[in-house]
Amino acid sequence: MELFKSLIVILLSSVLVNNYVLSRFLGICPFLGVSKKLGQAVGMGVSVTAVMLLATVATWPIQYFVLEPCNLGYLQTILFILIIAALVQVLELLLKKFSPTLHKGLGVYLPLITTNCAVLGVAINNITDEYGFLESVISSLGCGLGFLLAMVLFSGVRSRIDESEVPKNFRGLAVTLIAASFISLAFMGFSGIVDTIFG
Amino acid sequence: MNEILIALAVVIAVGLLAGIILTLVSRFFAVEEDEKVKEIRSCLPGVNCGACGYKGCDDYASAVAEGKAKPNLCIPGAEDTANALGKILGVETETVESKIAFVHCNGNCTSTSKKAEYAGISSCKAASMLYGGPNACRFGCIGIGDCVNVCPQNAICLKDGIAHINKNLCIGCGLCKDTCPKKIISMIPSSAFVVMMCNSNDKGADARKACKNACIGCKKCEKACSVGAVKVVNQLAVIDYSICVGCGACAEACPTGALKSMLPAVQTVKE
Repeated sequence: MELFKSLIVILLSSVLVNNYVLSRFLGICPFLGVSKKLGQAVGMGVSVTAVMLLATVATWPIQYFVLEPCNLGYLQTILFILIIAALVQVLELLLKKFSPTLHKGLGVYLPLITTNCAVLGVAINNITDEYGFLESVISSLGCGLGFLLAMVLFSGVRSRIDESEVPKNFRGLAVTLIAASFISLAFMGFSGIVDTIFG
Repeated sequence: MNEILIALAVVIAVGLLAGIILTLVSRFFAVEEDEKVKEIRSCLPGVNCGACGYKGCDDYASAVAEGKAKPNLCIPGAEDTANALGKILGVETETVESKIAFVHCNGNCTSTSKKAEYAGISSCKAASMLYGGPNACRFGCIGIGDCVNVCPQNAICLKDGIAHINKNLCIGCGLCKDTCPKKIISMIPSSAFVVMMCNSNDKGADARKACKNACIGCKKCEKACSVGAVKVVNQLAVIDYSICVGCGACAEACPTGALKSMLPAVQTVKE
């Protein structure tokens, strides 16, 4: 029960409080780049979630069974990048073979994710937070869902921006960044909420 | 020294492992792509305009390879592409006439007026839903530029309140034609000699009141045409390009300038 509760706390806090995009400012590039349409935003969000999960599953054992025993903690970043990149490539090849429809939907986003800092951030943060394997997986699931949530919310905001008359000086990226900052501000309101519920 | 070697070994081992796995996966799970599709795709212009009726060049290429589509549907690529595709498939192709989009409106800010000031969502479609748009002429170009946004070639610009299509940049995909809520854009042969610059079906007096450049349906062009290519239908002159010989007589006869000679070559001949 205690374990279950702590997992729920990790999940909720990584979705809302420590939202990767809106609170930690990681993975901003796809957040601004592919949030124009809801369909694309969902595609990107789902792909990132899947890759985050896989990356955690792959990197956690590497950290604790290879790097720690050999005292090679400083190789963490470079090895994780290598592993995540290879993983995404394998995932893409497998998708292409076994699910062409899914590949058509997500295919464009997968290579973009390879170098997404949010994915690497999840893998490294799981280590620095000293999570166990199960906790790491739940945390990365939460981070992925948080990313998806941010993408969906922001695509809604952007479609409203598209329809409205924006002052000339703010058109384009400027108004997008301002809108993003407001959503980020809204997410600041979640800080402390999880501790209060379960504390 | 030892530490460096261990680190090096670990990185190399992981890199090799990843490489080997990738190679194996790509070998065993390779998707066989049709060589023909690749070859056809390389002949297509790759603008993904959708004029052929398929989702993009990739989609069209696979449809052609499977024999579902004719090889002459690519409008941007025109004859060259059709011939190249025909060669790959080993069939004779029918020629494609290259077409361009044309805005049938000349109601610029000096010739027509507005009946209302529109300040809603910035889109022609939305504006046209509100009492048929802000223009005095209910057939004319609204000039907010839905067509500009949809054009893959940036061939359309807004000038004096109406859309203009640069015929040198236009690839004839027809996206603007489908987007325009007023349906004032149509596809004309790129070799068209004379163009109709109005879309108003209003009676002469009403059309003239709304816009100085409107076609008033006077039928002077009909009489001037020696081959019978111009017909006035619904108060609007319509040119049949399959008959038109490009003499320019109708444009000369037009009292409002709604019919216009297109080619500079024709004008020099006149001189």
